[in-house]
Amino acid sequence: MNRIDGVLLPELEDPTRDPLLPRALGWLSLALGAGAVAATGPLARLTGVDDSPQARTLIPAVGARELGHGLGLVLSGGRAGWAWSRVAGDAVDLTLHARAWADRIGERRRRVALTGAVVAGITALDLIAAVGATRAHRARGRMIRVDLGVTVNRTPAEAYRYWRDVENLPRFLSHLEAVRADDLRRSHWIARGPAGRHIEWDAEIVDDQPNRSIAWRSLPGARVPNAGRVRFVPAPGDRGTEVRVQLGYAPPGGAVGRAVAKLFGEEPEQQVRDDLRRFKQVLETGDVVRSEGSPDGISVRQQVMQRPAQPLPAGLRR
Amino acid sequence: MKATAWMGKDKVKVIDVPEPSIMNPRDAIVRITTTAICGSDLHLYHGYIPAMRKGDILGHEFMGEVVEVGPQVRNLRPGDRVVVPFPIACGHCNSCQRGLFSVCENSNPNAGVAEKIMGHSPAGIFGYSHLLGGYAGGQAEYARVPFADVGPVKVPDEVPDDQAVMLADVLPTGYMGAEMCDIKPGHVVAIWGAGPVGLLAAASARLLGAERVFVIDRYPYRLRLAREHVGAETINYEDTDVLDALNELTAGRGPDACVDAVGLEGHHGNAAIYAYDRAKQAVRAETERPFALRQAILACRSGGVVSVVGAYGGMVDKFPMGAFMNRSLIMRAGQCHVQRYTRPLLERIQRGEIDPSFIVSHRMPLKDAPKGYKIFQKKQDECSKVLLSV
Repeated sequence: MNRIDGVLLPELEDPTRDPLLPRALGWLSLALGAGAVAATGPLARLTGVDDSPQARTLIPAVGARELGHGLGLVLSGGRAGWAWSRVAGDAVDLTLHARAWADRIGERRRRVALTGAVVAGITALDLIAAVGATRAHRARGRMIRVDLGVTVNRTPAEAYRYWRDVENLPRFLSHLEAVRADDLRRSHWIARGPAGRHIEWDAEIVDDQPNRSIAWRSLPGARVPNAGRVRFVPAPGDRGTEVRVQLGYAPPGGAVGRAVAKLFGEEPEQQVRDDLRRFKQVLETGDVVRSEGSPDGISVRQQVMQRPAQPLPAGLRR
Repeated sequence: MKATAWMGKDKVKVIDVPEPSIMNPRDAIVRITTTAICGSDLHLYHGYIPAMRKGDILGHEFMGEVVEVGPQVRNLRPGDRVVVPFPIACGHCNSCQRGLFSVCENSNPNAGVAEKIMGHSPAGIFGYSHLLGGYAGGQAEYARVPFADVGPVKVPDEVPDDQAVMLADVLPTGYMGAEMCDIKPGHVVAIWGAGPVGLLAAASARLLGAERVFVIDRYPYRLRLAREHVGAETINYEDTDVLDALNELTAGRGPDACVDAVGLEGHHGNAAIYAYDRAKQAVRAETERPFALRQAILACRSGGVVSVVGAYGGMVDKFPMGAFMNRSLIMRAGQCHVQRYTRPLLERIQRGEIDPSFIVSHRMPLKDAPKGYKIFQKKQDECSKVLLSV
């Protein structure tokens, strides 16, 4: 249970692609490859190259190559590298077809042309799959996961109750400005963005186990798909509750992505750690703890940009 | 208001700053009547504690009159005379509830940085660097006191400021240093350092039933205080080999418990050894000069306790781990959990069992704080403790 459940976050696991296509193409490769190796003669007749002794050696070789693509795609679950290997194979096949077509006339030429058209169609599918797999790979690379815990000297029920009221979240999740509960499951979140701008999205609670666990995720259309789960486990030795949080979010690429990354700080782990400390402070002491050097309470940014430890001028007081 | 601010290494200044205001509902504002310069303020003064900023208000030993309370402070009201413990503690986390107030889990808003250096963060402390919270200190006319429903203790009128202000730090710290020794009848306790904490540790050790108390220092006037006010026996390490003397005095056993009331800026009788650690400290190859700690470990009776209340900030070098391990020593340490001791010690003062004010050598107005730092640092004019009146 160390990761956010795959079911919880399909768009995080694979934000941009349909995982079915590369895998389906893998099975197609396996079928074609097996056919080419086991039934070289019939295939040669079907495609109109049964007149060439060269083709009789080439077809099993192409089949073996297809088996390679197929195994790679199926076993890797549709990895981008294997998808691109199919595109390369398609290029070779199309070249072979073009030469076979030029050398033939009549019925055989028609059959070669037909096969070539089918291969071209498959090439298009392969390209879509390969580009998709590459994008997904990059998005996975950008995805940030944080998995942290804090011990709070309150019962699991008290900790759960505070977190479950999602409108409390901005009191300790420092990047949030406001959360509005629309109903028991759905809510609208507003985060502080760069240059005073806001990032907004809708979220829903997807799993709610009173006093034990809450899981939520952003709804489709969020600029930054994100999800999380928090568990409330009694701490051993009657020391309150272990609050364990798993968060994942996938910032988009490009400029927006960089802005989002900045928003979460250089060290997202540290930020979440500080957020959990705020949660602990609010539950145990009733408020976020403030000092003259850190008047807004705990945060990475504030730790770097400390004010001198002297009372704030009247104009800066909250 | 006027406040004593750290302005850089060996430099403090009384400056004008805004008056404090309530920032959390459990805050109180205290108008300070008496505040003190602590030996550990000298570590800040000398620039040995990291994360100080120019303009930081110093001071963690102070008392005064409550002038304003936040909406959640119900135990205090304006006009109450209180003394304020130096560690800031929330009273509700696991550590506080076990009495470990100086490692309060909530009171350091800069805990993330402290964690990187110390593994976990200790409590915030008034006027003691941004590593420990960035709280404005109490060598000022007013101070904001967070968690005022937990820390400050009301002081009856018959207990004068000179005695009561000692409850903020030095008396509880000395007392905890002695308490950690686990003193049994017949026990011999040796204490390194005859500053305020060492002297009050010696007085507390006697109070807790130690048979004999030895105090080790190099300033004759401080050793005289130990003899005259505590009834301790004294060793001047400048003219005596401490290990030989302690072995001699205990017939070869060694003291049952040793208290390090010196900390990170120790001195050593041997100029070469002093120079070695001083040089390493200067280039930050180590951050402390742990002479007292090393000697305390070597001196201690096998199976005895080494109690550390002197302040350390970072890494020590040449720690005699072989002696420590092979001779089954026990080390106890900590910033004092002051909130645990204030009331019982106030009662002891009221019953006349202990009068901590014997350590006070100088009283001066707040505006003379820079002079106070200087004479305390240079040990001029037999300076043992400086109180600032506001």
